[in-house]
Amino acid sequence: MIPLSSFLIVGAALFSIGIIGLFLNRKNVITILMCIELMLLAVNINFAAFSHFLGDIGGQIFVFFVLTVAAAEVAVGLAILVAYYRQRRSIIIEDINTLQG
Amino acid sequence: MLESAFFWLFGGLAVAASLGVILSRNTMHSVMWLILCFFNAAGLFFLLDAEFLGIILILIYVGAVMVLFMFVVMMLEVNEAVKREGWLQYLPVGGMIAVILFIELVAASTSGLFGSEQMAMAAHMGADVNNTVEIGKELYTRYLLGFEIAAIILLVALIGAIVLTLRERKDAKYQNISKQVHVRKEDRLRKVSM
Repeated sequence: MIPLSSFLIVGAALFSIGIIGLFLNRKNVITILMCIELMLLAVNINFAAFSHFLGDIGGQIFVFFVLTVAAAEVAVGLAILVAYYRQRRSIIIEDINTLQG
Repeated sequence: MLESAFFWLFGGLAVAASLGVILSRNTMHSVMWLILCFFNAAGLFFLLDAEFLGIILILIYVGAVMVLFMFVVMMLEVNEAVKREGWLQYLPVGGMIAVILFIELVAASTSGLFGSEQMAMAAHMGADVNNTVEIGKELYTRYLLGFEIAAIILLVALIGAIVLTLRERKDAKYQNISKQVHVRKEDRLRKVSM
């Protein structure tokens, strides 16, 4: 049998790798979106693990909601990316400074 | 025994694949690694008695979201040279933050609060327990409001994505339905005296 802490460590590893990826691939928006997906996946693994070990199915429901929101976020994010690329012919993060942020 | 072997297989492959996501030079390879990562996470979900979520992860994530990523990667040409510029510049600070976070999370999860002594080993569900039925019962009763809100979020995202990428071409001819419906006989007919 696998203890809960093993699942939590896998989740922690995925989350940390996602954060490193955010810092390493700062030029590429698509990779940044994929790193966010990785971090959400780590959270989902933690939710499912606690749901199993506490015997409460509510955790799985929340994984469901996180998946929904992540799918919506990816759809809108990639649509913004495509619309921006049509305007500027570039998706380098440094060029996206029209709002002077 | 077999279960922990599968756990190490799925967990190790998931972590290795996520390293592939952030380290591969080609964005398309990153997408492929992320697909492998999602498959292994689905395996972890199966080990946690969350069969429905495992299937959902494969169907929705690999089948829809990652394919969307692939389409976008293929549609936009990314300049590889510019993309990798200053690659290692952010490694020290990012690596430090991530390593500290990882150490903290591992310390918290191995602190004994979540070990096998405190957290009772959950027995696996019997073959007669249907995970999908259980999720459905809970989702449509206690979490009904959240379910409806999730549906609205998906609808808004759908419409938003369509509106953002909709492009009206200048050179194409469109039909003006309102004008068509409201047209009167006098607008189109002309009496000619012979």
